[in-house]
Amino acid sequence: MTETSWIEAVLTGARPQAMGALLRYFRDLDRAEEAFQEACLRALKTWPLKGPPRDPAAWLIFVGRNAALDAVRRDSRNTALPPDEVISDLGDAEADMAERLDDSHYRDDILRLMFICCHPDLPATQQVALALRIVCGLTVAEIAHAFLVNERAMEQRITRAKRRVSAADVPFAAPDAAARAERLAAVAAMLYLLFNEGYSASGGEAHVRAPLCDEAIRLARLLLRLFPAEPEIMGLAALMLLQHARTPSRLDADGGIVLLEDQDRRLWDRDKIAEGLALIEKALRHRRPGPYQLQAAIAALHARAERPEDTDWQEINLLYQMLERYQPSPIVRLNRAVAVFKVQGAQAALLLIEPLEERLSSYFYFHGVRGALLKELGRHEEARISFDKAIALARTPAEAAHIRQHIDRLSAKGNTDTRTKSA
Amino acid sequence: MLYAILCYHDENVVTGWSKAEDDAVLEKRKRVAQELVEKGRMGPAIRLMPTSAATTLRSSGGEQLVLDGPFAETKEQLLGFYIVECDNLEEVVEFGKRLKEGETCTFEIRPLRLFEKGVLPQTAKAAP
Repeated sequence: MTETSWIEAVLTGARPQAMGALLRYFRDLDRAEEAFQEACLRALKTWPLKGPPRDPAAWLIFVGRNAALDAVRRDSRNTALPPDEVISDLGDAEADMAERLDDSHYRDDILRLMFICCHPDLPATQQVALALRIVCGLTVAEIAHAFLVNERAMEQRITRAKRRVSAADVPFAAPDAAARAERLAAVAAMLYLLFNEGYSASGGEAHVRAPLCDEAIRLARLLLRLFPAEPEIMGLAALMLLQHARTPSRLDADGGIVLLEDQDRRLWDRDKIAEGLALIEKALRHRRPGPYQLQAAIAALHARAERPEDTDWQEINLLYQMLERYQPSPIVRLNRAVAVFKVQGAQAALLLIEPLEERLSSYFYFHGVRGALLKELGRHEEARISFDKAIALARTPAEAAHIRQHIDRLSAKGNTDTRTKSA
Repeated sequence: MLYAILCYHDENVVTGWSKAEDDAVLEKRKRVAQELVEKGRMGPAIRLMPTSAATTLRSSGGEQLVLDGPFAETKEQLLGFYIVECDNLEEVVEFGKRLKEGETCTFEIRPLRLFEKGVLPQTAKAAP
């Protein structure tokens, strides 16, 4: 690693804490960002000469705050000073720095920084884009690339999102336990959106955008360090780790989708699996199950199976039934249908998903699963109709190609099982 | 004499490394470690999982508490460690509780990955 890339890694690592504190001081997202940028510029100038400070986040907060205050003072020659409550906590900055901001102080800063990105008025993609910009510090160009839109469009989207957030009442008071739990839940949902944006792209060529998954996991680990006893956050981190562990085997050499049972399990990332399993184990000890833990427990059963035929589908079916109690949704039922197929056969699975048709008629995966079940039952003509619908709804070329394979197999008459192993 | 080299870094930074950056660091470490491997003087090398995977055993008023997260106090010093193989967290927690029975020390349990088994002979001399 070159010197600048070391420094950049340190700046990225310190960013959530520094931005969170600067936002608390200035109560203004743009001003906090400017202050942080200024501090980063100074870091790039001075750290190569003096070496990185012992506590980079405290250094950035201190330098950023002073730089921004200078700017405020300059502006104040022309405009009235902002009222005291706008610039809060200005006390003795140096003493503050010496104190090195204990954990309990900055964990609410970081949570707040993530939470403002989850404003309910913001559509999911804007929440994620805003978090990538503000919390992760990705450039607009990088985010635009990840979302496969042009830079100008992304710039506008982020500006709009920021305006919406600024207009909203950003909660600066330290949250009580109930408010904190609410914020954590909103942030967890946003992180999972971010993860899924990377895991299953909503359009365009790239089916897997691993860097977004890595960012989501990094933030989940950070959240867990701040709130170490939250089983659902453990579950979320475990879920993402266990799913992302499969990324190296999810696409074949041509970018085609490889189904879970056809994946080369030797390619799975053992480190991520080990960490995911450790986290879900910790979470389950609390005996306070929730949707993330249940989904992670399902992913863990897949991860533990050395061969597809070792998968404990009975247990997976049970876990999906529990999940349905927490999260009654047609998607969960559709996923359960796969387990039911393994345990009770295609007919039972088909019965389970038939009532979902109306609600899931525009969902690619529904028609894919339905087609596969019909094919299994030898109802080839109906299967073909389902697969055709799935292709029409596919969001990425990989999804479409995957379904086309099924259709090709249907065309090869008499061959009921021609599935080839994909490496 | 046997020595332990304890590695410290900012987790916020290290967990932000890309795989390529991480691999580059490990590759460099491995190159240097090879010197001692060849001399038969390299012990096991270990990477601990992130602190978010840690569990802490603490005594309080004669009771043994199991807490999530790493040991974060600065008053105490790291005085030693065990490496054990257990089937699950439950088992290692129970073992840890028995191991520290009647003591006021704190144990932090952290899943780990064994990088190198090491090549130390049984006869390697520890500090007397």
